[in-house]
Amino acid sequence: MDGMSLLTVTVLAVFVGFEVVSKVSSTLHTPLMSGANAIHGIILVGAIIVAGQAADPGILAVALLAVVLATANLVGGFVVTDRMLLMFHGRKEAVRTGAAGTAAGAKEEGK
Amino acid sequence: MSLLDPVWTSLLYLAAAVFFILALRGLSSPRTARRGNLIGAFGALLAVVTVFLSARLENIPWIVGAIAVGTAVAAPVARRVKMTQMPQLVALFNGVGGGAAALVALLELGHNEDPWVRLAIVFTLLVGAVSFAGSGVTFAKLQELMTTRPVVFPGLPVVMAAVLLAAVGTAVAVVLTGSLALAVLLMVLGLVAGALLVLPVGGADVPIVISLLNAFTGLAVAASGVVLGNVLLVVAGTLVGASGTILTRAMAAAMGRSVAGILFGAFKGGSTAGSTAVSERPVRCSSAEDVAVLLGYAQRVIIVPGYGLAVAQGQHTAAELALALESRGIVVDFAIHPVAGRMPGHMNVLLAEANVPYESLKEMGEINPEFRTADVALVVGANDVVNPAAKTSSGSPIYGMPILEVSDARQVIFLKRSMRPGFAGIENELLYEPQTSLLFGDAKDSLAKVLGAVKAL
Repeated sequence: MDGMSLLTVTVLAVFVGFEVVSKVSSTLHTPLMSGANAIHGIILVGAIIVAGQAADPGILAVALLAVVLATANLVGGFVVTDRMLLMFHGRKEAVRTGAAGTAAGAKEEGK
Repeated sequence: MSLLDPVWTSLLYLAAAVFFILALRGLSSPRTARRGNLIGAFGALLAVVTVFLSARLENIPWIVGAIAVGTAVAAPVARRVKMTQMPQLVALFNGVGGGAAALVALLELGHNEDPWVRLAIVFTLLVGAVSFAGSGVTFAKLQELMTTRPVVFPGLPVVMAAVLLAAVGTAVAVVLTGSLALAVLLMVLGLVAGALLVLPVGGADVPIVISLLNAFTGLAVAASGVVLGNVLLVVAGTLVGASGTILTRAMAAAMGRSVAGILFGAFKGGSTAGSTAVSERPVRCSSAEDVAVLLGYAQRVIIVPGYGLAVAQGQHTAAELALALESRGIVVDFAIHPVAGRMPGHMNVLLAEANVPYESLKEMGEINPEFRTADVALVVGANDVVNPAAKTSSGSPIYGMPILEVSDARQVIFLKRSMRPGFAGIENELLYEPQTSLLFGDAKDSLAKVLGAVKAL
């Protein structure tokens, strides 16, 4: 892809990035940040390409380190965001009972 | 192996990019947030499968092994982390992403002669390294491996300027010569700059810095996409960079701060430095029993949870106390300041985890008029978000930040660890008002004592 097309894509992506999050409520700031954080873990694709082209063992080692780090970013990011959002999910029907509160509290301490 | 021709590869990458956009849009609304995140994860999976099917790759067993290792490390941690420790985990994941981008750029240096591509390489190296080290320091601060107070030393601005100048000089040299040794030096300078950038930031401002570094990593990933000629990386990285910038500004606005003020305030020895001075003025101290009586015979109680509650992991006890009060026929609500907890929205997550129903969580705009009708405002481990100085004293660092109007309630009870001012380091006049009483101690212990006393009423 030539430089001009890349520039076009980049500029358009900036505006899309601004637009999609412009009206987010402060309640969702944390999950949104965490989700965006997971998305940049897609550097994994770059790390895989570099590792796949590595001929020298030293270069391969560094590239594999990049793969490990990128995977941690990508997988961990999506999993932790999902956990965060699970807390929001279904809380309308969540019945607050003393027993549930105590059990959850005990679980928290047991960890 | 190369099962997919370039057209199919491009189409699949395009599809992944669209999934990322849909993911961000989904995450912006409570109803669609979880689905949005899953759409993003699906896009990522699609992209990874595509790269395996399209690029000519050697070392595939090694790569798959490395992915397995990364997953085996990150997934269990992400699954088990306590919700109170979640912000530092996000910081950590962000840092390793930045580190990965920097390593990719470093390895690509050898194959690229084009000065524009080399420019993208040095940008990725520098920004990725800044993000990696900055996130590392952020993690250490939030995990309390080091002080959460701003770390400043004399001459810090000079050192920072020198490091940045050296980095720019080295970057130019790398573009001109393509020297690997200089590129490594540039990464090291980036690491130092990242650490120096975050060290002077105070604990309360750290979440904004996480968001900023998140945007930085996005930009590094976008630049690495330019290096590799991979449109998906360009689009995904730019999306995160742009949305992260907006998010950082929104967070800063909710706290009444400016991003530049947070980053450079401490350099100037200014606002975020804070004080630990303890005032000698008299306050009304209370016992758990007194607090229980005030709460137990009220009709309307508003609980204001803050950072202290999150740190003490007292959210379950707070939920139980609310339940005990409700069983006495008292109307109880939680007033959530936009930046309560350690990150904007963090308190909602913590209280949702403790099974506090959604209807009891009231946002600031909704609850502020109701303090007038409240008998008791119970402030648990919050300080700056209820400090009237934000409205009255124009010289105060938090001036202009919207606050919860707890002073309108007939009685105000603070559960505090000590008289030490909050993170912004400003005295709270409300503590000395006649309608205010204080109960000192760890938020969770105090809540448990009050809960016991309420049950004994």
